[in-house]
Amino acid sequence: MDLKGKRVLVIGERDGVNGPAIEACVKSAGAQVLYAETLCFV
Amino acid sequence: MDLEGQGRIRQIVEQAGTDDVVAVLGANSAAAVEMTALTLKSGDPSYAGALAGVALGIPSYHILEPEIVGQVDATVYERELALSALAMDVDAVVAPMKSIRDGGV
Repeated sequence: MDLKGKRVLVIGERDGVNGPAIEACVKSAGAQVLYAETLCFV
Repeated sequence: MDLEGQGRIRQIVEQAGTDDVVAVLGANSAAAVEMTALTLKSGDPSYAGALAGVALGIPSYHILEPEIVGQVDATVYERELALSALAMDVDAVVAPMKSIRDGGV
């Protein structure tokens, strides 16, 4: 799957990889972010 | 995925459609990524949120799957992912992703 040109829903997790970090990564691969959140299960 | 997030995602895809939409997840347990991936593909399995019975058909990937990591800029990877990749049991966490995309529920 090529991320370039894809529209991405970012669902990060506080204890894993958080939303802003995923957002930066997918943008660096040429994707557009439609939505981003960071879940917290504490 | 929490109930509030399901409502927001439903609203977004109703406006933007699902063409070329994929989800990229960052959870650190196989159970959490499986639940989220199933919700975005077939609807909320717990029938509690706004995506209950709504099969969006959106494929999910984990940010640390080799297929995804390989596309991330090396500098950004070092800054944002390198530490998480060391701390997480990546093989266990990404294991459910492919089967859910290819088949699953």
